[in-house]
Amino acid sequence: MTQHRIVRPENIRRLWAAFIAVLALTVVAELAIERHPAAGFDSLFGFNAWFGFGACVLLVLAARLLGLILKRPDDFYGR
Amino acid sequence: MAAELILPPAFALLLGALLLAVVPGRLRPAIVLGAPLIALALVWRADGIGGTAAYLDLTLVLVRADPLSRWFGTVFAIAAFAAGLFALHQKSKLELVASQAYAGAALGVVFAGDLVSALVFWEVMAIASTLVIWSAGTAARAAGLRYLLVHLLGGTVLMIGIAGHVAATGQAALDVLGPDAPFRWIILAGVLLNAGAPPLSAWLPDAYPRASYSGMVVLSAFTTKTAVYVLLRAFPGEPLLIWVGLFMVFYGIVYAILENDMRRILAYSIVNQVGFMIAGIGIGTELALNGAASHAFAHILYKALLLMSAGSVLAMTGRSKCSELGGLFQSMPVTTVCGIVGALSISAFPLTSGFVTKSMISDAAATQGMVLVWTLLAAGSAGVFLHAGIKFPWFVFFQKDSGLRPPDPPAPMRAAMILLSVLCIAIGVAPGLFYTFLPYGAAYVPYTGDHVVSQLQLLLFSGLAFFLLLGMLRRTETITLDTDWLYRRLGPALSGRIVPPVASAWRQAETAIAAASSRGLQLLETAYRSGPLSRPQASGTVALIAITALTAYLIIGYMAATG
Repeated sequence: MTQHRIVRPENIRRLWAAFIAVLALTVVAELAIERHPAAGFDSLFGFNAWFGFGACVLLVLAARLLGLILKRPDDFYGR
Repeated sequence: MAAELILPPAFALLLGALLLAVVPGRLRPAIVLGAPLIALALVWRADGIGGTAAYLDLTLVLVRADPLSRWFGTVFAIAAFAAGLFALHQKSKLELVASQAYAGAALGVVFAGDLVSALVFWEVMAIASTLVIWSAGTAARAAGLRYLLVHLLGGTVLMIGIAGHVAATGQAALDVLGPDAPFRWIILAGVLLNAGAPPLSAWLPDAYPRASYSGMVVLSAFTTKTAVYVLLRAFPGEPLLIWVGLFMVFYGIVYAILENDMRRILAYSIVNQVGFMIAGIGIGTELALNGAASHAFAHILYKALLLMSAGSVLAMTGRSKCSELGGLFQSMPVTTVCGIVGALSISAFPLTSGFVTKSMISDAAATQGMVLVWTLLAAGSAGVFLHAGIKFPWFVFFQKDSGLRPPDPPAPMRAAMILLSVLCIAIGVAPGLFYTFLPYGAAYVPYTGDHVVSQLQLLLFSGLAFFLLLGMLRRTETITLDTDWLYRRLGPALSGRIVPPVASAWRQAETAIAAASSRGLQLLETAYRSGPLSRPQASGTVALIAITALTAYLIIGYMAATG
C-alpha cells in the first residue's frame, strides 16, 4: 500500500504549522475590523476563538460522560 | 366564475409515482427527473388560492400559494430532482415510486391551505417514507415498522388535535394558532414529533440509516422540514419552541460525537440542524423566521449532499462504520470534495449557504436581547463543526488508511453531488438573489467584517479542539441508548408481565359488558333522548375519547405483539 504524500510525517507537521498560522491570523484580523458585540461579554479580545474552543471541549466532555452511562455494543438490539 | 385553474404542484409527483409503478424500466429516468421539474414549474405558476373543495362543513384548500409555500415548494422540488438523479441507477422500483410519492405528499402539505388536507398529505408521507425505508430489504424491516408506528402515533395525535380544533371553532384554516386556539398544544405535539423533537426523536437515527444508499437522501429532505413549515405557519413566536430547539441542537451534537456509523452521525445532525430552525421559529421576529425558513432551504441541500457523499461511500464499499473507513480521499476525489463542501456548508463557513442563513437566527436572538439563547446558539454552532463539519469527512475520508481504494460512484451520482455543491456555494457567495425570495420582510447583510472574522474564529478554534481531543473522540463499535430503548426493551419486557393479566381482565370485562348490554342500551337510549349526551357538541368529545382509547389500544397491542 503506497502512502499518499499528504500523510507523510513531515507534511503533517507542515499542515499543523499552516493551521496554527491561520488560527493566529483569524485572531489578529480582529484588530482590523469593527466589532459589534451581541451580548456585551463577547467584546473581549478573541472571544469567539476561546469560546469556540471551550464550547467544544465541554461538549466532548459531556458526551464522554453520557457515553459512560449510555454506550452499548452496537449489536445491543441484535442484528 | 372564471376562476383560474391552479394545478396542485403535488400532483406532478403523485402522478409521476403512479406512472413509475407501471412504465417499463427504460422510461423510468425520464419520469424520475421530469416530474420534479414539472412540479417546480407548477410551484412557480401557483399564486393565491386554488383548488377548493367542500367536505363535510369545511372548505378544503388544495392550493394556497404564497411566498412561504413557494419557498418550501421550490426547495422540495429541487431536492426531489437531485435525489432522483442520485438514485437513477437504483434497482428497487419500490424505492423510486415511494420516493416520488413521498416528495409529492410533502409538496401537498406545504401548499395545503387547511389542516384537514395537510393531515391527509401528512399521513401519505408517513406511509410513503416507510416504504422508502422498507425497500432497502429485510434488514430495514423492523426499523421501518418502528418508524411507521411512531409516525402513526404522531399522526393520531395530530388528528385528535385537528378534529378537536375543527369541532371547537368550525374553522380548519392552516394559519397562526394563537395562544387561545383550542387543541393547539395537541396539534403542536403532533407536529413536533415529525420534526424530531424530544422525547421521541429516536425514530430518526433509528430508521433513516436503515434505508438504502439513495433512500436516506430522500428521507432527509421532507419529513422534518415539512414539520418546520407547519410550525412556521401555525406557531411563530411560541416561546416553548426556543427551548425545544436548543435541546435538539445539543442532543444532536452529543449523540453524534458518540456515534460510529457515518449515516447515523448525519441523522443526529439532522435533529441538531432542525433544532436551530425551531429555536428561530420560537424567537419569532421576522428576521428569525426568515432565518428558520432560509436555514431549512439551505439545510435540505447540504444535508442531501452530505448523505449523497456518505451514500456513495456506502454504495462503493458496503461499509458505513467510521471504525472501518478512512483514507478514501485517495481514490474518491469527487465524493471527498463534495462531502467537504457539504460539511463546510452545514458548519456555516463563510462563502457557503449555511453562513448566510443560520446567522439570521442568532442575530435575531441578539437583537431581541436574548443573551442566554444567543450564547447557546453560538456554542451550538461551534459544536456543529465538531460533530459534522470535521468529524464526518475526517473519519470517512482521512484519519487512518483503511486500505480501501473504491472508485468514485457512477456518473449520475457524481452529477447529483456536483449539482448540490454548486448550489451550496452559489447561495453562500451570492446570497442577494436568494434573499429576494425570502418569505418574511426583514433585510439582512451577512458579510460584515465582524461577522466573517467572528465565525472563522469560532469554527477554526473548534477545529483545533477536535484535533487536540482526537484521542477522546476515537471511534468505538458502540451505539448510544436513546428513548427508543423504552419501546425496544422496556416495553416488550413489561408487556410480558402486564399483557396477560390485562388480557384476562379484558375478557372478564367483555363478559360482564355482554351481560349488561341489553339493559345498558335501554339506559343509553333514555339518556340520549333527554340527557346531556344529546347536545350537539358532544360528538367532538366522544370522537376524542374514542380516538384516545383506540390509541391506547394500539400501544398495548404493539407491546403485546412485540413482547
